[in-house]
Amino acid sequence: MRRTGTSARRRLTAAAALASIALLASACTGSPDDGAGDDPNAETTLTFWHGWSAPSEVAAIKENIASFEKAHPNIKVKMVKGITDDKINQGLRAGGSKAPDVVSSFTTDNVGRFCTSGALADLKPFLDKSSIDPAKTFLPQMAKYTEHDGKRCTVPLLGDAYGLYYNKDAFAEAGIKAPPKTLSEFDRIAKKLTKTKGDGYSQLGFMPNYLGYETTVEHYGGQFGVQYMDKDGKSNTAKDPAVKKMFAWQKNLVQDLGGYQKLNRYRTSLGDEWGAKHPFHTGQVAMQLDGEWRGKMAADAGLDFKIGAAPFPVPDDQVDEYGKGYLSGTILGIARTSEKKNAAWELVKYLSTDTDAVVSFANAIHNVPSTLKALDSPKLEDDPLYRTFVDIAKHPKSSHAPSSVNGGAFLLTLQDNAVAYEKGKETDLDAMLKKNDAQVDKDNEQAQ
Amino acid sequence: MTATHPGPKTGPHAGPRDARRDPALRAKRRRNALRTLGFLSPWLIGFSVFFAYPLIATVYFSFMKYDGFTAPEYVGLKNWSYVFQDNPFFWPALANMLWLIAVMVTLRVVFGLGIGLLITRIKTGAGVFRTLFYLPYLAPPVAATMAFVFLLNPGTGPVNTILDTLGISGPQWFNDASWSKPSLTILALWGIGDLMVIFMASLLDVPKEQYEAAELDGANSWHRFRYVTLPNISPIVLFAVITGVIATMQYYTEPLVAAKVASGVIGGSGQHFEPGYPDKSTLTVPQVVYNLGFQRFDTGAACVVALVLFVLAMVFTTFLMRRRSGFMSAED
Repeated sequence: MRRTGTSARRRLTAAAALASIALLASACTGSPDDGAGDDPNAETTLTFWHGWSAPSEVAAIKENIASFEKAHPNIKVKMVKGITDDKINQGLRAGGSKAPDVVSSFTTDNVGRFCTSGALADLKPFLDKSSIDPAKTFLPQMAKYTEHDGKRCTVPLLGDAYGLYYNKDAFAEAGIKAPPKTLSEFDRIAKKLTKTKGDGYSQLGFMPNYLGYETTVEHYGGQFGVQYMDKDGKSNTAKDPAVKKMFAWQKNLVQDLGGYQKLNRYRTSLGDEWGAKHPFHTGQVAMQLDGEWRGKMAADAGLDFKIGAAPFPVPDDQVDEYGKGYLSGTILGIARTSEKKNAAWELVKYLSTDTDAVVSFANAIHNVPSTLKALDSPKLEDDPLYRTFVDIAKHPKSSHAPSSVNGGAFLLTLQDNAVAYEKGKETDLDAMLKKNDAQVDKDNEQAQ
Repeated sequence: MTATHPGPKTGPHAGPRDARRDPALRAKRRRNALRTLGFLSPWLIGFSVFFAYPLIATVYFSFMKYDGFTAPEYVGLKNWSYVFQDNPFFWPALANMLWLIAVMVTLRVVFGLGIGLLITRIKTGAGVFRTLFYLPYLAPPVAATMAFVFLLNPGTGPVNTILDTLGISGPQWFNDASWSKPSLTILALWGIGDLMVIFMASLLDVPKEQYEAAELDGANSWHRFRYVTLPNISPIVLFAVITGVIATMQYYTEPLVAAKVASGVIGGSGQHFEPGYPDKSTLTVPQVVYNLGFQRFDTGAACVVALVLFVLAMVFTTFLMRRRSGFMSAED
């Protein structure tokens, strides 16, 4: 009896311990507060996390916030700069008094995760309350990449458009009169501009490697019209002929310009993408696939040659779509744990939809505006280089990779495979793309 | 024994010394137990909060789908199956870890011991050399790694520039999958100061009489090292190996910084960073845990990887501890 009693007590203790553990573990999840019961007219202070860190950018966002605070005297904004997505993830999970009310991220990768997990609050009720129709307010592509599966948890805050920068002096020296419109023209020009020197180059026409700063799979993919997912949400790269065309074109150009090893060696000797020694600034590379910010960075670097900008060329069979480009941008959302969602919405609404605020911020940090009204604003900077990218943003065929429940993991997987194919580690393109699809689908299934 | 228990041992009226029935004795024992518990409580609380609960919670979450925002949902072995069969990073990270344990830990111990031997034999300027060898260990890991990536830059780094002038085509170092781990190993050897100090201390502790006796017996310098030095310092060698293995299992900062700097994707720019650049060759298990748990919101799969790491650490440590006799002299 005694042994039985002890055994029963032990079982009871074990059960109690397990229950406590389960309770503790469940307690870690917290309870989301999706309500927005705060008074937007009450005195309050919002915490705003953003990624800008360069002094000029920080000054621009401060100025923008000062305008907001002037328009909303009851709301003060405490800004935290230099925030990355990893930090946002931690902040949104942890909650608490120091957690952000409003967050912005430079990447659209995590929109799917933010929306499906509920990390960021659903903005539809707020948009409805303010009678804002995203489809009529934002650039359609930007309106699309800030929602996932019909759930809008973010809005665009300025955007990035990708195009071609070229060294006008190098073009003139080589007798090239205009930037290329098709990829076959582009390949010829890239070869013509390339000057070898020993094992390397004194000037490379174009750095095509997938790790060459912005020459990534997704940025090339925009020109080819790649469809990453099929209608069922399954990875589609093996079935989409555009993917194979893109891989074949890039690999061919790599071979034409000297081969992967030689190009990669040259790439690793080049300066930092975000510094003054960027190879396009130093003349080491004559053409560059880049975003609208490069024009200002090049001007700041004080180049001793002239540069031009144009849309990136398109495949020869898509010449009627010349002018398009890849679009991306900064996103803005409200933390689901925020207890000041109505006040936070006032800030989000101001930053993302107030035309003057959007235009002045776009001019200040040299990004493309994300609202239709701002894109057509006469106050928008009229620098021809910059305007090229505004036009790319407005092109109806400009595109963005789709949002995914697994964030940008599908792009990273394709990029890894692209690098393996580029360097010759993978030679069977069909088999590689099938493997890519299988991996992406497995990752997505795990994330569901 | 019986004399001390005159009364009946069973029945409703047990003897006065029966603790179960003597309220005073019971109270005393309870007080003693509470006092013991009170003294133990700081450790118990620390152990429970910082070890037992996290470990149990990790096991619990490994069977759950949990993104940190919504309530956990039981998914059975799905996370385990994903990690072992479908995750593209887990096996490469594990293979890298084994490589680093086999090569980096071994070289660090050998190099640390070698430097220790050298330093203890230097007659003049020993302090200067000790300082010079120890200083790199004080460098912050991020700064040290960035400096090494700069030094070993294939195109513009001083190392390859010097090699070029000698007519040698230098490797791609952190930009080549075959050279990235050796490059990390060079970085680890540069920061050998920690091991140098403990080896130096243990070498100075070896009784001089033993060397003198060995010399009288005609032992040469190798014999003296093999049969006098090594048995005396074997506990320190074991300590260096175990801590080295555990540190390598937790290896995170240096490979991540090297990969980010070498690939040109520093972070915050919105660009995709290829984990383990190049070709997953610098990917380590803690990076996989971070990627799954904090970047992909997949706490369940991250917990699986963390548990694998825990088990491997336990297995390695137990194995090394059991091999202790092979390392140590009979007196130890």
